[in-house]
Amino acid sequence: MSKYYLNYLDELESEAIYVLREVWAQFDNPVILFSGGKDSILVTHLAKKAFYPSKIPFPLMHVDTGHNFPETIKFRDDIIRELGAELIVGSVQESIDEGRVAEEKGKNATRNALQITTLLDAIEFNKIDCAIGGGRRDEEKARAKERFFSHRDDFGQWDPKNQRPELWNIFNGKHFEGEHFRAFPISNWTEMDVWNYIKRENIAIPSLYFAHEREVVWRQDSWIPNSEFLILEDHEEIVTKKIRFRTLGDITITGGIESDADTLEKIADEVSGMRQTERGNRSDDKRSESAMEDRKRQGYF
Amino acid sequence: MLDNNQLLRFTTAGSVDDGKSTLIGRLLYDSKSIFEDQLEAIETTSKKKGHQGVDLALFTDGLRDEREQGITIDVAYRYFTTPKRKFIIADTPGHIQYTRNMVTGASTANAAIILVDARHGVIEQTRRHSFIASLLQIPHVIVCVNKMDLVDFSEEAYNKVINQFEEFSSKMLVRDVRFIPISALLGDNVVNRSRNMEWYQGAPLLHTLETMHISSDINKVDARFPVQTVLRPQNDSHRDYRGYAGRVVSGILRVGDDVTVMPSGFTSKIKSIDTLEKSLDEAYAPMSVSVTLEDDIDISRGDMIVRSNNKPEASQDIEVMLCWLHNNSAKPRAKYSIRHTSNEQKAMIKEVVYKFDINTLERNSEDKELKMNDISKVKIRTTKPLMFDSYRENRTTGSIILVDDATNETVAAGMIV
Repeated sequence: MSKYYLNYLDELESEAIYVLREVWAQFDNPVILFSGGKDSILVTHLAKKAFYPSKIPFPLMHVDTGHNFPETIKFRDDIIRELGAELIVGSVQESIDEGRVAEEKGKNATRNALQITTLLDAIEFNKIDCAIGGGRRDEEKARAKERFFSHRDDFGQWDPKNQRPELWNIFNGKHFEGEHFRAFPISNWTEMDVWNYIKRENIAIPSLYFAHEREVVWRQDSWIPNSEFLILEDHEEIVTKKIRFRTLGDITITGGIESDADTLEKIADEVSGMRQTERGNRSDDKRSESAMEDRKRQGYF
Repeated sequence: MLDNNQLLRFTTAGSVDDGKSTLIGRLLYDSKSIFEDQLEAIETTSKKKGHQGVDLALFTDGLRDEREQGITIDVAYRYFTTPKRKFIIADTPGHIQYTRNMVTGASTANAAIILVDARHGVIEQTRRHSFIASLLQIPHVIVCVNKMDLVDFSEEAYNKVINQFEEFSSKMLVRDVRFIPISALLGDNVVNRSRNMEWYQGAPLLHTLETMHISSDINKVDARFPVQTVLRPQNDSHRDYRGYAGRVVSGILRVGDDVTVMPSGFTSKIKSIDTLEKSLDEAYAPMSVSVTLEDDIDISRGDMIVRSNNKPEASQDIEVMLCWLHNNSAKPRAKYSIRHTSNEQKAMIKEVVYKFDINTLERNSEDKELKMNDISKVKIRTTKPLMFDSYRENRTTGSIILVDDATNETVAAGMIV
């Protein structure tokens, strides 16, 4: 009988598929939050498996800050075409134009926090009752407290001290009109698990994750890519380096690392030797010790 | 990591003083699972708080309130990997007012670590944690006798704790109990073998976690397949496909098996077991697959496919060990939604048989109120029959939750007796 057990990646995969099917069964209008990053690509890949031979039965939703890597947008459009899925875009630029949010000022200004309003508006406008995200509990200390099914009140807010207990694999997605849920099928995956799985399944990911030559500037302990949004300080200098990105966010805040890893094998090897967390290169998390918790309470991803 | 490495989920319950956070910090630190930027953050906080050296316990604090108060409020999940296994820790608070969180953490665990302070021996809290481990049928219990450095690493002190523990645990149903003398603070017998306790012949904690046999933790006998949703692609390549999507929660299903669909009782044979990559000859727990049958039968979410020669019980009346999870106490004869695998219906708590005092392990038949953190034996009646096994035989088909329709909150969790 001893052969009848799953290895850890198969067990994580099976768990995620189970969660995705529960979302489909318990909600009327779910979407996958798709950022073009590896975690949302992984969730989309798992959704393909969960509903095969049917198509993924829900749309992908992208919150577009306007500060994108061009590679990310191309990747997004390619995957939508391949899946034959519907794409919903929530635009931060539109939120700014409509006066719903105001652009941050100064050199370190980002549109990161602005996304919250755009995301919640898009959820309300499209009557979405569950937004499936690629959040993982190993990413950050506030995320370590997340449920698979995570309740948001009618203001889109998270109340971490008052969460529904989640026992065994029984999920309670019941909610009132106007409230919604976030669902996290890959809660139990670590960064290393994600890379090992992407490697095993040979999942296509944006070229930004592989080592490539790029114009960058050294800022806040990482290589920030040159872009039309970058405002150079006097002492700063643009140089060309061979870098890759461990996570993908806005082009303005995502720092790269120097690397020669240009294949999935090399990336997995490199990640297994890493001594910094992957969000260590994200300036959005460096603002304070509870930066993530504060944003999540308001409705962040 | 090797392809055949398994995943082990374990729970640690404990309070501030018994060294639980230090133990987790030590496991993560010595197995090199703490990153430099995390360590720097902890060093900064340790200094701010005036602690000497790095306080590993700080690593497990998640929410701002927890950091400020120095306590664990909620279940937090931690991850680490060794060349042998991947581990998920459900880190839960140990105080009586957080019983519900301990129960939550225990519900998915293969193993429980129970910490005992070598100086104090078995105390009320030890009994509480052990009782929850046995109630939730955690297959393996590891009693770590901690702070051995404070009793001069004495074998006698260690043996005394073992005797105390065995005396009271004989009343409980725990299948596999092991004891390890450790010092979480100094690292003795956590990851590395202690040089201070040559008299201890067993393995350190991490080695124990890496090698304990967990393949038999899941019931491999009773094939149970609750249907989550029905897949009807109606595209060109799968015009008439009708697949039942779900997870094998126990046992093994094979193509050609004679199966019965519960509750309707219709019988058929398994025609195929499908995944995106390939069709399979057999599927076993906990695989997520899509199953098709030879006959066209009306099946929907909440139904269960089982082998015809091995069916679960079906009844509208169940007896349940119920843990109340919510601030609002149970109303007498109140109606709730009951969730059991993928099935949902209405239920009423007909009778509270007795309440457990989880400190003394005594039964109380007088006090019948169900308040937060109470564990009681109750009788429940449902509107339609549930298809269940006893929790002792099957943790998935033997478990339920109750949802209050007025608030949509999960108010109770139960194990079917």
